[in-house]
Amino acid sequence: MAKAHVYKRDHINTDEIIPARFLNTDDEQELAKHCLEDLDANFVKKVKPGDVIVVVGDDFGCGSSREHAVWALRGAKVSAVVAGSFARIFYRNAINCGFPLVELPNAGKDINDGDDITIDLTGGILTNKTQGKTLSFTPMPDFAMEIIREGGLLNHIAKKK
Amino acid sequence: MSMTITEKIFAVHCGKSQVKPGELVNARLDLIMCHDVTTPPAISMLAEKGLERVFDPEKVVVTPDHFQPPKDIKSAQLHKRLDAWCKKHKIKHYYPIGKAGVCHALLPEQGHIRPGDMIIGGDSHTCTYGSLGAFSTGVGSTDLAAGLATGELWFRVPESMKFVLNGKLPHGVYSKDVMLEIIRIIGTDGARYKAMEFVGPALKDMSAEARMTMTNMAIEAGGKNGIMAVDEVTRAYVDKRIKGNKDYPVYTSDADATYESTYEIDCAKLEPLVAFPHLPSNGKRISEAAGLAMDQAYIGSCTNGRIEDYRIVAAMMKGRKVAIRTLIVPATPTVWRQAMDEGLFDIFYDAGCVISAPTCGACLGGFMGVLADGEKCISSTNRNFVGRMGHPRSEVYLASPATAAASAIEGKLADPRKYLN
Ligand code: SF4
Repeated sequence: MAKAHVYKRDHINTDEIIPARFLNTDDEQELAKHCLEDLDANFVKKVKPGDVIVVVGDDFGCGSSREHAVWALRGAKVSAVVAGSFARIFYRNAINCGFPLVELPNAGKDINDGDDITIDLTGGILTNKTQGKTLSFTPMPDFAMEIIREGGLLNHIAKKK
Repeated sequence: MSMTITEKIFAVHCGKSQVKPGELVNARLDLIMCHDVTTPPAISMLAEKGLERVFDPEKVVVTPDHFQPPKDIKSAQLHKRLDAWCKKHKIKHYYPIGKAGVCHALLPEQGHIRPGDMIIGGDSHTCTYGSLGAFSTGVGSTDLAAGLATGELWFRVPESMKFVLNGKLPHGVYSKDVMLEIIRIIGTDGARYKAMEFVGPALKDMSAEARMTMTNMAIEAGGKNGIMAVDEVTRAYVDKRIKGNKDYPVYTSDADATYESTYEIDCAKLEPLVAFPHLPSNGKRISEAAGLAMDQAYIGSCTNGRIEDYRIVAAMMKGRKVAIRTLIVPATPTVWRQAMDEGLFDIFYDAGCVISAPTCGACLGGFMGVLADGEKCISSTNRNFVGRMGHPRSEVYLASPATAAASAIEGKLADPRKYLN
């Protein structure tokens, strides 16, 4: 089951997702150990493979261009981030890494911490199994979905050339 | 149809006569900036995918800066990977230690920024170069890798926002204060995905360096790029620096170009500002903020670590002492040398400051001035997020170098105007 980890905050920034003091490595497993550390020191202990981060708030991922933020989340086996909106560079980085994002304003009304959720990325449907609700969202643009399906921008380029 | 400067640069670089905001385009790149944190992973990715090549070794500028000189074994490993890659691919503009400086101060200073160019860099503050009339934006490692291998990249053409800077800046108020005011008004995501175009009489009066401070912080409002039209000030700065052909294209926004929004700022009414923790948009006027005790002052970074900044700070510190730990971190070796030659280091030394080698250092909580639990730092940098300069419970207060200097002297937030002649 994919559990939702809910955070109610705007502007959760890359310094909170992976603090700069850990940027002296690009090893995904190392980064994963400190994922969201300055926002929620217990996150790494609670998260299980496939879990989803649900942010009730805007501008997730603002700040530095460090793709380490996406790698830390991926390394922690987070399967997707749902938020009201995303900062630009983080959004690009996620697409380029093949990491799914869901833009869903007001997610807080219908998702509680610990709820069991599944996401149909292409169909644009988030199902909250715990509460028996479905929420629809606009899927990422086609070209982004294509890059995600191919496992990231570089696979896309390697295939083309 | 009419276009903004940003749209014109996009059109030229994707081979179209016209582009519209929202359009997805593949654009040709003129320059790529690489540093020690985001480039080594890009290099590894390329090797892993069998794409190990550089589209043009003359169009890549590399400088280690974040953990420069290497602060520990892990960062030394990053530098080693970067160095080996530069040598292998014969990167023409590689600035190793001794020449290395904070990227966004170094590239314009060394003449790598040409007006009209399309530039990416593996760092969010790459938007700095827009003050010289180029399109320039920060990207992550995968984009960087894609750009390095192919010389092009996908973009969504941004909507443009216009910021009209009216009036004349009062004494003691600087471009940093103007930018903190803009971010205070529109918020840290007020320009998300958008181009921030700056115009107006107060901008005309600013030096090329002062302008960089503003475009540098476009990302703190969520902007994709910051941009300013080329004028005499830009030409005077660029012409004596850029390599080769000085015949660069100059784009201006059409009079009837479309802007998503327009903001008018009356610069004459501004006061020095201090952005309180933990967002750059938490600006307060110094008259309300003065008196709060600080533990450290940090004067450096790609925002405000240039020679002009140190001249202002030195004039204020001359014959005075600082009351708290104060770090002077010149952004590039040239700035360092100039400050020394002009006798500014003597003033800083006598005042009780410590002078560091050029580095990003504590700006991102790396080293050279990291904060302890509960400590407060007045800083000329650009970001004051939780844990940015050290302990998650430390606090960063953003201001102009002058406000940082006044606060260093008093050991608490202080109005710079009383120390300026
Ligand atoms: S000085 Fe600070 S903001 Fe500028 S590039 Fe370095 S770490 Fe980033």
